[in-house]
Amino acid sequence: MASMADMGGGAAIGRRLINVGIGLAVFVGVWMLLRLIGVSSSGIVLQVLNGLEKGSAYALIALGLTLIFGTLGVVNFAHGALFMLGAFVAVTFNGLVGLSYEEVDPTRTDFLGNPAVIQTPYVEAWFGEAAGQWMIDWSVPLSILIAVPFMALVGLVMERGLIKYFYKRPHADQILVTFGLAIVLQEIVKAIYGANPIPTPAPDAFQGSFDFGVWLGFDANTILYPYWRLVYFLFAAVIIAGVFAFLRYTTFGMVVRAGMADRETVGLLGINIDRRFTIMFAIAAVVAGLAGVMYAPILSPNYHMGMDFLVLSFVVVVVGGMGSLAGAVAAGLILGILQSFASMTEVLELVPGINQIIIYLVAIIILLTRPRGLMGRKGVMEE
Amino acid sequence: MTTNFTRRGVLKTGAIAGAGVALPTIFTSRANAYTNEPTGDTVTLGFNVPQTGPYADEGADELRAYELAVEHLNGTGADNGMLETFSSKSLTGQGILGKRVEYVTGDTQTKSDAARASARSMIEKDGAIMITGGSSSGVAVAVQALCQEAGVIFMAGLTHANDTTGKDKRANGFRHFFNSYMSGAALAPVLANAYGTDRNAYYLTADYNWGYTTEEAISSATEAMGWTTVNKVKTPLGAGDFSSYITPVLQSDADTLVLVHYGGDMVNSLTNAVQFGLREAQKNGKDFQIVVPLFSRLMARGAGENIKGIFGSTNWHWSLPDAGSQAFVRSFGTKYGFPPSQAAHTCYVQALLYADAVERAGSFEPCAVVAALEGFEFDGLGNGPTLYRAADHQCFKDVLVVKGKENPQSEFDLLEIVEITPVEQVTYPPDHPQFAGGELGACNNGA
Repeated sequence: MASMADMGGGAAIGRRLINVGIGLAVFVGVWMLLRLIGVSSSGIVLQVLNGLEKGSAYALIALGLTLIFGTLGVVNFAHGALFMLGAFVAVTFNGLVGLSYEEVDPTRTDFLGNPAVIQTPYVEAWFGEAAGQWMIDWSVPLSILIAVPFMALVGLVMERGLIKYFYKRPHADQILVTFGLAIVLQEIVKAIYGANPIPTPAPDAFQGSFDFGVWLGFDANTILYPYWRLVYFLFAAVIIAGVFAFLRYTTFGMVVRAGMADRETVGLLGINIDRRFTIMFAIAAVVAGLAGVMYAPILSPNYHMGMDFLVLSFVVVVVGGMGSLAGAVAAGLILGILQSFASMTEVLELVPGINQIIIYLVAIIILLTRPRGLMGRKGVMEE
Repeated sequence: MTTNFTRRGVLKTGAIAGAGVALPTIFTSRANAYTNEPTGDTVTLGFNVPQTGPYADEGADELRAYELAVEHLNGTGADNGMLETFSSKSLTGQGILGKRVEYVTGDTQTKSDAARASARSMIEKDGAIMITGGSSSGVAVAVQALCQEAGVIFMAGLTHANDTTGKDKRANGFRHFFNSYMSGAALAPVLANAYGTDRNAYYLTADYNWGYTTEEAISSATEAMGWTTVNKVKTPLGAGDFSSYITPVLQSDADTLVLVHYGGDMVNSLTNAVQFGLREAQKNGKDFQIVVPLFSRLMARGAGENIKGIFGSTNWHWSLPDAGSQAFVRSFGTKYGFPPSQAAHTCYVQALLYADAVERAGSFEPCAVVAALEGFEFDGLGNGPTLYRAADHQCFKDVLVVKGKENPQSEFDLLEIVEITPVEQVTYPPDHPQFAGGELGACNNGA
């Protein structure tokens, strides 16, 4: 499903092989360059891991953006806010399971010298201490169960309640209204949760780091990587594979793909494509939300985390090629890795400030050499 | 029919008249002896704090402190707070010079241009006689310069960079908060004591003036103790995920990481460092250590478990046992239900210090207030005996070295005081290299 229009065909496969070849050559070239300026192999592997983990968040957001753009033709600037909302579902659930009742303990005092109030979580009182503790500990993964229906609902309400009215309007209008919506969502979250980041820890089982270096034949303790970040990468891979499989192997997905290629014809066949596109919007919202839920332990959620990711995710979409799902995923990972490379000390000494501009630099180079992005197809946003 | 009016002439006249009208009145008005001289029975103070943006929580706490200060100044509060413990007894709860204190607020957004715009609006439109507040050194330096031009007093809020009372100092500006140099001077001996004198330190530094001066202060103070600086890496403000900056730390031969970050950035970088196992790591035969030069309780809350056992410095903490601190915590805690932050404390104190200086000077005239504050020695405001040094308008007082508490007794009990560093140890000459350049200049009455 490199791009929706050119499925199959020998030429396409050949072209794809060439692309993979170019990609590998660039990667090997960058690796050699880094070794040349004195970066250790383990250092490079660490930054590749960093890049994959960050890139998988970009990829998940960019995937949703592309899905919405490909189906509904809307450039959704509120997509970062959906990612942020997902993270705050984890925060909220974490807070809910931690809700406590208060008892006054006359033997202790609080900061004003009054008798201290001791708090015991309700879940411990209801389900027993062990089960209650487990729920609190595992609150982030458990909040996925709430995030799926909640984000789907948010997606539906957003599409039916607002974005629907902007299908026939120019892209500039769509960008303005979705950007405005993003600000509104952001301010609501800030009003409720404040401006400071809120720590939302991963389960104890995933605290600490995994010695990745031993696996790859390096010495012990050279490449330590936090368990939860590995979990995040695997989780993202499963979600991405799931979305691709859904589009490829289900009838629903087939109709959606057909609709993305030629909306009118599918409509003429008597299929209610609009309803399916609405459902795709909800799915894209769920994908962004889940990306946010699982990201909460990596980056303590704050109200503007969505904006931070949105801009980069848009660059990812453009570099990957507007409308190309595989392009979004590939560009997400590539840009994630390049950004990690650029923030290495050795690179910064050579080219100061490169860490702040690398993504945009690469975007410019790619758009100059391949105006449709890595895997973009003809005719998208070119009318 | 002929007429003297030509199109060109009308345009010319219009342009000149327009330019005249557009000139800020604060630079042209000559009606008063000084800018915004209060003529009625009230006086207006301008509280310029971050109400939106990354430091909005600090800003909200600053505003609470100012509201409390106004109540105490006007004598309308449930108690009199630090008015009872303040060594100067000029303030009586009758307002300032008998005028009831009113206030307006502005939103700095933690952006220099927005902060200047809101300060300008409070001075020009609302008639604020004094501007105070803020939670960033970039903002403090920008607003201080504006207040100097406009001829009003600026009582800085939370600003820690050396520059505020160093190369960017101004005669109309005053800082109660401590600074980067003081953090270094107080922290270094404690660090050498706890972690030894043979350490290799790696710096991750926020890429703006506060980061630079703090990095310089800590590195020179620790190097004097025998530490080696391995690397100094600047990180963009609001980087979010710091993992790509953290991972090279373990690859280097550093055994100590100094995080020169504040607010959300510090919460994120510290969380990342802990996730990457830095706190369990061994380097050069020693336990790896992390240091955070500037701590606040609001930050400690964000960092959660990760803050435990980590050294830093702070301007003030609610658990201090002196009468002034206790009185303030009681007033603030009773009104709002939680203890005040260091940002709230410094802002409250600044409001009181300004009001007291006006009372002692017998006038709101900025130059008279400057004279009253310069060289002013006081006590009872929570930091022990304090001097507002005339040479640079910096307060000199004891500095707190703190550590993330291992066994907190409450949700506010996050920092424990390790040492109260005496003021002599953190005092420096006004021409110290870290503060070199820049002149106070003459005070400006405006008008």
